[in-house]
Amino acid sequence: MTALFLILAAMTIAGTAAAMSLRNAIHCILALTVGLVGFALLFLQLNAQFVGFTQVLVYVGAVAILAVFAIMMTRGDGSHPQPAFSKTWFVGGGIAAVVFAVLAWAILSHPAMGQVATEPAEITVNQIGDALMHRYVVPMEIMGLLLTAALIGAVVLAMPGKQEQP
Amino acid sequence: MAWIVRNLWLIPALPLLAGGIIALAKRSQRVLAASLAIGSMAVSFVLALIAFAHVLSLGYGEHAKEVANINWFQMGQVWVQVGWVLDPLTAVMLVMVTFVGSLIFIYSIGYMHDDENFTRFFCFLALFAAAMLGVVISNSLLLLFMCWEIMGLTSYLLIGFWFHKPSAAAAAKKAFIVTRIGDLGLFIGMAWLYAQTGTLLFFDAGKGCVEPSALSALVSHTTIFGWTLSTAIGLLIFCGAAGKSGQVPLHVWLPDAMEGPTPVSALIHAATMVAAGVFLIARVYPLMAAQVPSVLTPTLALQVVTWVGAITAVFASLIAVAQWDIKRILAYSTVAQLGYMMMGLGVGGVSIGMFHLITHAFFKALLFLGAGSVIHGCSGEQDIRHMGGLKKSMRVTWLVYTAGTLALCGVVPFAGFWSKDEILHSAFAFSLTRVPFYLGAFGALLTAFYMTRQYIYVFFGTTNRPAVHQDFKHEEPAAIEHGHHSPHESPAVMTVPLVVLSVFAVLLGFMGAPFWPWFQSFIEGAPVAFSAAPFMEALPLMAVSSMIVLVGIGLGWALYGRRPITSATAPDVLEAAQPQVFGVLNHAFYVDAFYKATFVRLNDWAAAISDWFDRWVWSGVVQVVSYSTLGFAWFDNFVDTNVVNGGFDEGCETVSRGGKLLSLLQNGRAQSYLRMIGLALIVLVVILLWEARA
Amino acid sequence: MSPLTGCILLSALLFSIGLAGALTRRNAILVLIGIELMLNAANLNFIAFWRYGPNPAALTGIMFTIFSISIAAAEAAVGLGLILAIYRHQKTTDLDEMNSMKG
Repeated sequence: MTALFLILAAMTIAGTAAAMSLRNAIHCILALTVGLVGFALLFLQLNAQFVGFTQVLVYVGAVAILAVFAIMMTRGDGSHPQPAFSKTWFVGGGIAAVVFAVLAWAILSHPAMGQVATEPAEITVNQIGDALMHRYVVPMEIMGLLLTAALIGAVVLAMPGKQEQP
Repeated sequence: MAWIVRNLWLIPALPLLAGGIIALAKRSQRVLAASLAIGSMAVSFVLALIAFAHVLSLGYGEHAKEVANINWFQMGQVWVQVGWVLDPLTAVMLVMVTFVGSLIFIYSIGYMHDDENFTRFFCFLALFAAAMLGVVISNSLLLLFMCWEIMGLTSYLLIGFWFHKPSAAAAAKKAFIVTRIGDLGLFIGMAWLYAQTGTLLFFDAGKGCVEPSALSALVSHTTIFGWTLSTAIGLLIFCGAAGKSGQVPLHVWLPDAMEGPTPVSALIHAATMVAAGVFLIARVYPLMAAQVPSVLTPTLALQVVTWVGAITAVFASLIAVAQWDIKRILAYSTVAQLGYMMMGLGVGGVSIGMFHLITHAFFKALLFLGAGSVIHGCSGEQDIRHMGGLKKSMRVTWLVYTAGTLALCGVVPFAGFWSKDEILHSAFAFSLTRVPFYLGAFGALLTAFYMTRQYIYVFFGTTNRPAVHQDFKHEEPAAIEHGHHSPHESPAVMTVPLVVLSVFAVLLGFMGAPFWPWFQSFIEGAPVAFSAAPFMEALPLMAVSSMIVLVGIGLGWALYGRRPITSATAPDVLEAAQPQVFGVLNHAFYVDAFYKATFVRLNDWAAAISDWFDRWVWSGVVQVVSYSTLGFAWFDNFVDTNVVNGGFDEGCETVSRGGKLLSLLQNGRAQSYLRMIGLALIVLVVILLWEARA
Repeated sequence: MSPLTGCILLSALLFSIGLAGALTRRNAILVLIGIELMLNAANLNFIAFWRYGPNPAALTGIMFTIFSISIAAAEAAVGLGLILAIYRHQKTTDLDEMNSMKG
């Protein structure tokens, strides 16, 4: 439990909490970006460099931008100011709090959590690439297929239908 | 390991691929479908020839067997292995199946030319070929069983190809279900074998289930009735083989399978698939023959195989004598010949049975395709009484059919003679009893007789005897569209395969003739030698069997050939002499009707007894009961209106209120659903933790 | 508290934050973002167990995370596409107003 970890944890928590609680949606996305960068730094700190950089590329570079575009496109004309939280927000918040409580209880009551290896393993991108191309080649191909399908699906969904064109 | 052994899987994989592509093709892409199927079969044939040459180059004995096993999947600690094997048995079967298959595929172009589902037909054919080749090469009983079942499926699809005909659909179902009964035995035997030996590989460098170490373990244990384990398992496997190969009493599906298109009958229900049962027994022959070293008599399993085979041979031959449908005669003849093969396996071993399998495949395919050509030429007519005189109008078909008939009858020197004679010779030398030999000889007599009968009916006499018996007319849709006109010769695409097959039907027997038993020694892995001694030894028996055949043919000629048959309504000569016997044979010993009849009879008796009781015993009782019932009913009515109705209404309202309450949960908002998931997560974690503490 | 416990606790907290967002926000896009956060928290779990687990050379945690990120990306693309499509029909992204699934 180093100071670095605590700082990164604080940054991530702050970013995500802000992303989930601010009123302005654009501000939310900006806060989210901070939180996602926090995630990436946490991954780096845990010696998973490759995943960390992937995180930055995918989430900060793509998902966040996508979300910004989506918000811009669905903003409407501002005539119906929309409240940020649903009317029964206290129920949802309560459930989330209880979920955290039982999870924390489960984690802290588990005896095996203390005994861990502390030597960091040096994993090169080479090894990851090797594993992807050999042992995990079928899941990777399936993933490629899935991404292609998602790409096409997203385009089809977002394409304006013919009957709606003016 | 040689290239061909490593890549033996290509042989079934190519037709499978072709079948897969054709399945995606449009109905109109006929040329694509046919060329893909035939092309893949041709390439497989070339590969099979390479494999054959490779086995030849390996020499004799144990070298001539190469296996390639791969780990398929892990089950607990155990890797399930599958693989393929290349040995003489496989090589011979591969060449036979791919060669006959290719010819029949080509023939099908002509035969199915007018069918609108031409593409689908070739898809099924290619799938079938893939499954059959898979059975042939597989080195694991599990893989063999899987291909075996795919084969059963394609057989079902092809028998029911004209599924709009109710009889075809019923025949397809029947074939599927009857063979499934046998397969149940095979499956149990397979599971038992796995439980005992821990492997389903046939050959695995001494550890396979038909290799000595496993066999000695199997024969050292006895089970029910004091049978050795190998015998019990062998008999179970034989159930599967008997189902697939149409042995009595599971033969009933095979004649009905003739509802399929004729090329299908030729390929699947005569040349290859039905022979798969024989092939299976040949493959597990060491298991069937395994015996404690001190005992010298044949094992019980082999005795059963012999008896079932011999009985089937005579039984089916008798039925064939009294059939009218050209394809049914051939079907029963196929059942009989499969009986011969089983008998050959039982009395003489793998090489004897396999030799008949190979020769039979060629001449029976020839006969079926010839019959198809006849049917095609006669515009879909299948009743031999309405044919006749085709000698003149269908010259090529007539000639090749003659060759096939002579081969099936077993006339010197056609192929069937040598292989059938080998079986009879082995049966004569069988150590326990000579009854199978006598049965076999009687079957040979009948074979010659009914083939002569059919031959004369079809090719001699007056042309186109008028059709009267509509109930015997099975019109094949493919041929209907030709319209009814006088018999005509089939196109070259049909006759050329016939001619090729007929060459083999004439010459193939010489590769296993007693003076040069190349085939037998190739299968058994012993060097071949040209010698006249065994030939001289076998000569008396050959003379006897030739006499039998000649008597059969002579009898047929005397009864049917002397006076030309002019009318389709004239009763059969046998029918006129012995109507009862003929009727029994014509209805195939009523085997089909057997179960039905017993059940119906039982039902009738039960009904009659119940009726008597009803009239004389229960009637009075019923009167009493009815009045008391009326009283009860009145009382019931009173209770119903005042007590029960109120209760039910109350219950219904409770349910309805509960439903309304629950429907509140379905409020259509995604977030409330998500909330439920969160609650469920909480409950789940709490339950798990609680259990972990306890 | 060992580093592993710290990581797992942090991941549980982030998961709960994401869940809270997904349960309470009215804007469908932000609900989607909350779900993405939950996925990320799960990824953190995988990485932590991989880092402190007995056999890091097996790369299982890394691989799972990579595939999980890919799936999350696909999910985000399709999810946002869906939201756009719904917006075109209903002119809103407010989840409280989308109740056509009401039973």
